Amino acid sequence: MTFKAPDYYQLDELYSDEELLVRSSVRKFVEERALPLLPACFEEGRFPRELIGEMAELGLLGANLEGYGCAGIGPVAYGLALQELERGDSGLRSFVSVQGSLGMYAIYAHGTEEQKSRWLPELAAGKKIVCFGLTEPDFGSNPSGLQTRADTAGDEYILNGNKMWITNGSIADVAVIWAQCDGEISGFLVESGTPGFSSTTQKGKWSLRTSDTAELHLEDCRIPSDCRLPKTTGLKAPLMCLNQARYGIAWGAVGAAMACYSEALDYAGSRVQFGSPISSYQLVQQKLVDMLSAITASQLRCQRLGRLKESGAVRPQQISLAKRDNVAMALECARNTRDVLGANGIMEEYQCGRHMRNLESVKTYEGTHDIHTLILGNDITGISAFGEGG
Amino acid sequence: MKLLVTLKRTPQRDARIRISPEGAALDLENVQFEVNPFDELAVEEALRIKEARGEVEVVVVSVGAEECEQQLVSAMAMGADRAVRVHHEGELDSLQIARALAAVVEREEPDLVLSGKLAVDDECGQVPAMLAGLLGWPQASQASDIKLSEDASGATVVCEVDAGLETVSLSLPAVIMADLRLNEPRYASLPGIMKAKKKPIATLGIEELGELGSARSRVTGFRALEDKPPGVKVGSVDELVQALEEKKLI
Ligand SMILES: Cc1cc2nc3c(=O)[nH]c(=O)nc-3n(C[C@H](O)[C@H](O)[C@H](O)COP(=O)(O)OP(=O)(O)OC[C@H]3O[C@@H](n4cnc5c(N)ncnc54)[C@H](O)[C@@H]3O)c2cc1C
Repeated sequence: MTFKAPDYYQLDELYSDEELLVRSSVRKFVEERALPLLPACFEEGRFPRELIGEMAELGLLGANLEGYGCAGIGPVAYGLALQELERGDSGLRSFVSVQGSLGMYAIYAHGTEEQKSRWLPELAAGKKIVCFGLTEPDFGSNPSGLQTRADTAGDEYILNGNKMWITNGSIADVAVIWAQCDGEISGFLVESGTPGFSSTTQKGKWSLRTSDTAELHLEDCRIPSDCRLPKTTGLKAPLMCLNQARYGIAWGAVGAAMACYSEALDYAGSRVQFGSPISSYQLVQQKLVDMLSAITASQLRCQRLGRLKESGAVRPQQISLAKRDNVAMALECARNTRDVLGANGIMEEYQCGRHMRNLESVKTYEGTHDIHTLILGNDITGISAFGEGG
Repeated sequence: MKLLVTLKRTPQRDARIRISPEGAALDLENVQFEVNPFDELAVEEALRIKEARGEVEVVVVSVGAEECEQQLVSAMAMGADRAVRVHHEGELDSLQIARALAAVVEREEPDLVLSGKLAVDDECGQVPAMLAGLLGWPQASQASDIKLSEDASGATVVCEVDAGLETVSLSLPAVIMADLRLNEPRYASLPGIMKAKKKPIATLGIEELGELGSARSRVTGFRALEDKPPGVKVGSVDELVQALEEKKLI
């Protein structure tokens, strides 16, 4: 049965036919191809690599980029696609976000023509995988202090340092590595197999278990000088990529929330206690209504954000607000659904537990909830509250 | 080679459809529509023929109001090359639709017409057979496998019939109706959706297509099926036999 998404304010009327077609295609894919695999992948802690080809064929990788074999869809259609993917699982959406919005976008926005035509078509086709290495063991929320170094040595760079929490890290064919170079942060393309470059899968996650996460190690790793992304000078370069990804997360979170809400509504309608379906009790109705109300607000936020992005007028702080609030909203929906489902809420056969656990990662990565609070606080007061290093 | 695929805009397969209070009409407000699933199979089959043979044009055609362009675009997003919409608002009976389509076929001169075996809304399943009749073309219904001869002069079609499978050999041009097991339709890809925007939809006025005749049948009313009465639990085989006897069922 095709998923019926809540659309309380008839926002569907405001999407173009093309945007709705994108949503319906991705929805069918998630329903028929991904959802049957996801619970078991989560249990095994395995990224469903077998879906890469199909996702590429659908055009999901770097879908919002123009040329180089990319679909070139608009920001709203892209948002709807990610919403559907995350309705399946945040890990699946993370794969697509990292491949497209972080990795491919970094090359697209900051790379030379040669770098673009070498990498983007294969990345769009899913034949190559990319990861994005910004975070380090000692520099998470504060990447400006990152310690990985790139030193010039003739026509090569020598890279040294460690990255941590890198999505797609152990399956990537190429890594975008952010390093200090001549006193500023710059991006480098490091291919897997380069001597001095290795990865270790981070095991034991209880969240985002369908996604690959790894540490990357660079030890006197020599790369040719044309592997530097030339347009990357300073922290602004990786932040531009993060903005793209955060935009997608804002939409994705709504997908996870809608999955939970639908599950809660269905369950509450059929579970009978004290002689009536639990949906007939005020306390349960309140939970359902709170979810619907929060989802509707987030849907409106996404649509407006998307139109702003389309016209080029969106500000990074507006994206921060949507990432922050939509993820918090989705996490609350997942917890509420878990509650409405009673004991069943902790079981694998229902989705809410998986979404709840995933969303804890989504809340932290791409700028934690609180870091976005500080970004917004700074924006409205003009006062930075990040502390001395910020 | 040219393939023509007929398609209908129908309510989404699991849509909950209500009947207006007086039973005069269906309440289709807030109902989402899609390409009739059987027609989607026909589109997919046409695309597979195109991919296997190369030089093939796939044209999709629908009779209906402007909204049905959404479904034509869906089919073009899957890969059809262009679309024709015969503009008409309001009801037509099967024969009138078949006549309109026959006029389109005469203009387009395809080598093969593919359609779904029925539309999931009214389940009439009449139009393609009438179309073949009007054209004087051979037809094969409930197709679960279609093989064109190399020179495209004929086709061998495996049809699902009550007792099993029937293999039919026919010469082209012909009309072939798709059944459920014919193939698995692809998802429209994102680049496909972007390309569909630029593919042409030609609109024909239904009056341009000649005399369609007056409707020979019309829908006079709708009624929902009554809910089944709840079952009863019996404690033993004896009770079951007794209950059946009381109801005079044995
Ligand atoms: C599953 C997963 C995948 C990831 N994928 C990637 C990836 O692909 N690439 C990549 O580069 N990174 C990735 N990350 C890393 C992620 O971006 C970081 O975890 C995140 O930026 C937070 O950094 P941290 O974990 O070091 O937390 P910390 O920065 O140590 O923060 C810990 C807590 O302190 C708070 N805090 C920090 N500074 C302040 C302050 N000034 N004021 C108030 N509170 C503060 C934070 O809000 C948080 O609550 C991933 C993380 C996870 C969990």
